[in-house]
Amino acid sequence: MTLLGHLITGLSLGSIYAIIALGYTMVYGIAKMLNFAHGDVIMVGAYICFFAVTSFSLPPVVGVLLAMVVCTILGVIIEGLAYKPLRQAPSLAVLITAIGVSYFLQNTAQILWGADYKSFPNFLTLGGQTGISLFDGRLNITYAAIVTILACVVIMLALTFFTSRTKMGKAMRAVSEDKGAAQLMGINVNSTISMTFAIGSALAAVAGVLMCSAYPTLSPTTGSLPGIRAFTAAVFGGIGSIPGALLGGILLGLVETLTKAYITTSLYDAVVFALLIVVLLVKPSGLLGRYVPEKV
Amino acid sequence: MDALLNVEGINVYYGAIHAIKDISFYVKEGEVVTLIGANGAGKTTTLQTVSGLLRSKTGSITFEGHNISSVRADKLVAHGLAQVPEGRRVFLQMSVEENLEMGAFTQPPSGVGQDLEMVYDLFPRLKERRRQVAGTLSGGEQQMLAMGRALMSHPKLLMLDEPSMGLAPILVEQIFEIIQNLNRSGSTILLVEQNAQMALSVAHRGYVLETGKIVATGTGAELIESPEIKKAYLGG
Repeated sequence: MTLLGHLITGLSLGSIYAIIALGYTMVYGIAKMLNFAHGDVIMVGAYICFFAVTSFSLPPVVGVLLAMVVCTILGVIIEGLAYKPLRQAPSLAVLITAIGVSYFLQNTAQILWGADYKSFPNFLTLGGQTGISLFDGRLNITYAAIVTILACVVIMLALTFFTSRTKMGKAMRAVSEDKGAAQLMGINVNSTISMTFAIGSALAAVAGVLMCSAYPTLSPTTGSLPGIRAFTAAVFGGIGSIPGALLGGILLGLVETLTKAYITTSLYDAVVFALLIVVLLVKPSGLLGRYVPEKV
Repeated sequence: MDALLNVEGINVYYGAIHAIKDISFYVKEGEVVTLIGANGAGKTTTLQTVSGLLRSKTGSITFEGHNISSVRADKLVAHGLAQVPEGRRVFLQMSVEENLEMGAFTQPPSGVGQDLEMVYDLFPRLKERRRQVAGTLSGGEQQMLAMGRALMSHPKLLMLDEPSMGLAPILVEQIFEIIQNLNRSGSTILLVEQNAQMALSVAHRGYVLETGKIVATGTGAELIESPEIKKAYLGG
């Protein structure tokens, strides 16, 4: 029964990683860049929701929607101001810019909202209860965990539908495969990239709120470590692959939770990254990634 | 000038390299015009400049009387220009039908079904493989897909870049037969080829490129007999 409990916790944590990893992987797939500021967009989303609910007493649902809107706009602005001018630049320049944007967001948050930890309210409750208790209290499942897992499933289904059935989603796949050819089809490459950032950032907002509901401390650096772990998840699953991000995220969440529960509570990051190294040694393109030879 | 496409004195550079030197040519409606030349002569560069992927420093490119020299590539499709790029560049991870749908990106969705049928009539092989991922097609099938994809946008000018590249001789003949058929049914075609013999046999007119310059021009029949062609192709 405890194992089942750990599995559900791991699944829920993995769902958060998966939602964040989707943003990394989609942006990588289309813009071929690692957006290291993605984790900090999560933090902004969580703050927006926090203030909407605590300072303006808005309903939590409105808070989440507001966070999504703000992060979408933020993502598009970041892309337009920081990354778009570097479209032809070497990838190292883009990478450093992304790290710069990351620090910029963290420091701006610190100026605006202070460095102290805020206690994020858990509004994923029902009738005053934070979860359900089964088998005479031997298995407790929080509503936050249930909502997180459901949100991940819904997001995956929606993204799969979007990329395989809609015109814009297919255009996104076309751009990620061959920008020049996509342009010859009449697809506006820049606006497709902007759209991808918008989707990724909206997902980051959702991830931020879900994460802070389960782990309720919020500070300007809240997003950075989960961001790095989710990036690991994306690489683990095969960066650029949407199902890969899901698989990588879930696996990472499970490994992290089970390691904490049964092996070590202090070295779980070491275990996670050791596993990543092993996977990359065996399959350098990640679990579901495709080996793409460099074009000459 | 009543040409459909009129290219006037374009110069294109790759950094310090002067790739295209003062090239001018035109294509009239209903024609098949070919640009031939050896590897590195500037054929693809010329085509990419017309389709907006590269920019000319000087001169002008007019299409149906409009100056399109500074129009972005993705906007030109709606103007009626379609390019089948060198190496086909179909979307390998997308299905045959999705590739064709991408070709119709600028078209209203209501007509796409009908256009798919039109392409499938032209290339029955593609219909058999409509659900297959394009990466699993043979070279010849990919070329058909790339041409079908371009036709989905109802181009007024279809530009083909090395359609025969890497194909078996029997497929090359088949592709050129299709080009002729497309032209007979009203398509205007600008054809870039290394296979000069084949290209000139289907073209009304041709231009010979050598190291970024046009060195000869004439009707297809004239050029086939010309010593310039033999020179350009025997590397002399």
